[in-house]
Amino acid sequence: MQLAKEVKYLIHKEVLLEWRSKYTINGVLLYVVSTIFTCYLSFVSLGDKLAWNALFWIIILFASINGVSKSFLQETKGQQLYSYILTSPAAVLISKTVYNTILMLVLTTIALGFYTLVFDSFTPPDLLLYYVAVVMGSISFSTVFTMVSAIASKAGNGGMLMAILSFPIIIPVLILLIKLAKNAVDGLPWENSYDEIGMLVLVNILTVATSLLLFPYLWRD
Amino acid sequence: MNKTWWKILGSVLVIYTAIAGLLLGVPRLPILNESIRNLYFHVPMWFAMIVLFSISVFYSIKSLSSKSEIDDMKAVESVNAGIIFGLLGLVTGAIWAKYTWGQFWSFDPKQNFAAISVLLYFAYLILRNAIDEEQKRAKISAIYNIFAFPMMVVLLFVLPRLKDSLHPGNGGNPGFNSYDLDSRMRMVFYPACLGWILIGYWVYTIRFRLRSIENKQQHN
Repeated sequence: MQLAKEVKYLIHKEVLLEWRSKYTINGVLLYVVSTIFTCYLSFVSLGDKLAWNALFWIIILFASINGVSKSFLQETKGQQLYSYILTSPAAVLISKTVYNTILMLVLTTIALGFYTLVFDSFTPPDLLLYYVAVVMGSISFSTVFTMVSAIASKAGNGGMLMAILSFPIIIPVLILLIKLAKNAVDGLPWENSYDEIGMLVLVNILTVATSLLLFPYLWRD
Repeated sequence: MNKTWWKILGSVLVIYTAIAGLLLGVPRLPILNESIRNLYFHVPMWFAMIVLFSISVFYSIKSLSSKSEIDDMKAVESVNAGIIFGLLGLVTGAIWAKYTWGQFWSFDPKQNFAAISVLLYFAYLILRNAIDEEQKRAKISAIYNIFAFPMMVVLLFVLPRLKDSLHPGNGGNPGFNSYDLDSRMRMVFYPACLGWILIGYWVYTIRFRLRSIENKQQHN
């Protein structure tokens, strides 16, 4: 119960901090919107629905690396020490992951809305399934990137390391997500997508479990 | 003799598979033809790689709790040895693909995922280079190694089964075992796997000994 209380408090703290400055959310939002707009201006119209799907996921991937990597990289040594004294490492990790998931959900929802608005020629017929894919994507990106950003921030070598370390890990997840999203774009019935959804849930559980096991070691300096 | 028997066994097995693999009879199959002999050289590379990476994860876990430098060196040297086998596996696979599928790299999921999993370990090595402090490097890279290992398993063993692939054992294609690995091939294939795993382990122990000597010299 102690853990749940700590997690709740830490999430509250994160949201409050973000609400005061609104730096990350607005920054990443502007990043996504301008990327989509740049893509729109350079492509004008996309050739087929496969490209439509792939482009969306590439934009989301880069936006989420930028958004989630803030979580640990941005904190000062003093802030980390402070939460180290006050809370358990598991609470820190869970709260960061949950907060990042919320952030990514807001971000990807707006991004999807804007993307379908600009590139309206290939809007998937099964928008609900596509949104399920987007939600799964938000969750998986935040679970993986939170842990990787913790590793990168401890290594003390921000941006580039984050990208190098996270790409090979996120590729299997991304492949599953693109497959799931493609099912939605093709308008296949939901039964065809249960495999991918199940796999994604499994990979997420695996990631969270290993993160929870490893984070206490990483946290201690 | 107690310490060297497995090295002799490994060498003998690999020499045996090199000779027997090229000379003994193999089933005549369409498309594959004589290139089926590559099975003795391509598949054992992956077995050796998996064994070496598993050793690396084992020592990474150990080094997290023991904090000993030796465990860390064992972890990194088994990755170094494992990457050699991973690259050899990619190359032998690509050559085989050229003669059976028509292209060195035909965007096959199995090839792509294998390449990504090798990238994962290159990222591990780059992470190590990025950190100067030795104990910190040992700890952080061990954590990344353990974190990445389940992903590699997903990449190499789970995902290819979901996608369409020309590779045997994937996308509905039956594995070698089920239809064409007859008893003649088994006679060579199993010793080949064991032999290359032993050779891989030998390479790792030599690399580890070299590394620890270098380390000792630096400290003196």
